[in-house]
Amino acid sequence: MKNNSILYIGILIFGIAAPFVFPAFKVQLSILCVLIVLATTWNIQGGEMGYNSFGNILFYGLGMYLCASVQVGMFFPLAEWTESGGEKTFVHTPAQFFQGMAVGLLVAAVVPTIVAGLIGYSILGLRGHYFAICTLGLGVAAGEISGGIEIIGAGQGFTTPPFPDVGSLDSRGEFFYFLSFFVLVLTFITVRGIYTTRFKLILNAIRDNEDKAEAMGIETMKYKIIGWMISAFFCGLAGGIMGGLVGYIDSTDVAFDGREMGVFMVLMAILGGKGTLWGPIIGATVFHIFKEGFWTFFLGWQYVALGVLIVVIVIYFPEGIMGWLREKYPERFGEVVDEKDRKAQVELK
Amino acid sequence: MDFMVFQYPMISVQACLDGILLGILFALIAYGMALQWGVMNIINIAQGDLVILGGYIAYFMYLYGIHPAWGVIVAPVIMYFVGIAIYKLVINKVVDRDLFISILATFGISILFMQLMNFAFGADVVLANSDYGTTMLFNNNVVLPNSKIFSAFISILFAICLVIYMKKSKLGRAIRATAQNARAAKILGVDTEKVYAATFGINAALCGVAGALISITFTIHPYMGLPYTIRSFMIVIVAGLGNLPGVAMSGMGLGVFEEFADYILGTEFRIGSVFLLLVLILIYRRFKLSRKREYLK
Repeated sequence: MKNNSILYIGILIFGIAAPFVFPAFKVQLSILCVLIVLATTWNIQGGEMGYNSFGNILFYGLGMYLCASVQVGMFFPLAEWTESGGEKTFVHTPAQFFQGMAVGLLVAAVVPTIVAGLIGYSILGLRGHYFAICTLGLGVAAGEISGGIEIIGAGQGFTTPPFPDVGSLDSRGEFFYFLSFFVLVLTFITVRGIYTTRFKLILNAIRDNEDKAEAMGIETMKYKIIGWMISAFFCGLAGGIMGGLVGYIDSTDVAFDGREMGVFMVLMAILGGKGTLWGPIIGATVFHIFKEGFWTFFLGWQYVALGVLIVVIVIYFPEGIMGWLREKYPERFGEVVDEKDRKAQVELK
Repeated sequence: MDFMVFQYPMISVQACLDGILLGILFALIAYGMALQWGVMNIINIAQGDLVILGGYIAYFMYLYGIHPAWGVIVAPVIMYFVGIAIYKLVINKVVDRDLFISILATFGISILFMQLMNFAFGADVVLANSDYGTTMLFNNNVVLPNSKIFSAFISILFAICLVIYMKKSKLGRAIRATAQNARAAKILGVDTEKVYAATFGINAALCGVAGALISITFTIHPYMGLPYTIRSFMIVIVAGLGNLPGVAMSGMGLGVFEEFADYILGTEFRIGSVFLLLVLILIYRRFKLSRKREYLK
């Protein structure tokens, strides 16, 4: 226990010091925080509950659009803003920008949660691959439909309010870094809290055998919906931050980007190890370093590399890094190894 | 919103005929999906990308001066071997695994194909011009391109050939036996590995035919694959596995739905409405099934 608290304090200090130690990587670090949030929350239903969703991108994109629309709509007419296509006809003052961002993030977190609750009853009743395909369809449909709505920019995109001039040039990066780091810490505390309660056991029971869990008297539907709502809350927040960070929202390439972000969150969770607390965090970090480090070498071939990576990870490495570590050092995970039994199993292999 | 379609009945007739001809093509793709779903229990997200790849084969024949209609014969032959190669490289490792693994793996293949096609053939929307002319019906009020009629005719021909092949040939019987019970088939001497490879190859070949026809009648683009996958998935879940008349009917229904959505909501919502319809159908199915479950209780 003592070890753990040292670890957490160490990570916290590193997180706070990071933008000053690596000032050139502030944007990358903020994106890393968002990726970790997405992977961790995907893991709640993908890993713990066994409901493999491609549709969390729906909440992410929804949060992105809502945060930006609220931030603009609070002070200026939204339609004129999107029509001007990001030209500086309206300029936010710093106070307006931060107020708008705060309210926008609140809306971006709450509305997707409500949406998840509303559609949860119909969608979470689907099992297995029907659920996966249905959520895939939801994500793509949202992208296609939002690409046809005029007021949020339709096909030409939506420029989020530019960061106001508050003196120093570094402040934009620092603001978004600390915002995303705060959300990351919030997510971690929430998820870790959840994983110590009975709720996690119920989610695992649903994953292992839903009918049996129901027969044992667990209202599975209620817990499934709550699990999905927690995911939606943090996905919406992450989307809102990412919208401000990127500075430009396009319906299918940034917001409801099922081909990139929607697959990334699944891939990161699987790479790190589904159904563990640290797995998605490690997976997201490794994936992000790999992506940023090697993407430039592929130059244009990155999606080909992504496709190959998905296939290789899924086929040869489905247990992820945590699963591999667990097999290698079972003692560290508090598992007692029966040496005789292990030898017998090795011989059988 | 545009309600022209209700004011001029001829537009409805046009939409219905277009939709039916389009739906027959969808049904052909869906038949391939039903085949491999039934036999291997795999949902292939890359289905649509195989279709588009088949389309590019016909398009390249057109570029080199061969009539693209010959693509209907060339594309399935090439695509059969592409299908076998995909099976040997990826699919045979995920056949017995968790369903989600196969969905994700084929999703990876889909992204890979999309990008490779984008590099190889460019990101332009292309079509292979067949010069078949048009047919006018009902006092020249309804215009049907002959290429659409041709493609529907060829699709039906291929579907009938395949049904007969599945009924009569040795391999067809082996495929049907494996679909019913893979383990029993294995015990009785069917080489299921070979059957799986052949099934995937036949599925890819069907996609190739459909793709060649789509490149003649409509347009193709490297990123247009996923909607075809979703359409065929939708048709299969509405019709059920191994219900060929059902697949044909729901294919045509989907085609008509799409044409009307195109007229009423506007072209920009066409793909969106297809995906939304999928979600609605799945939700409807879920409530229907849950009613049945409660009744059983």
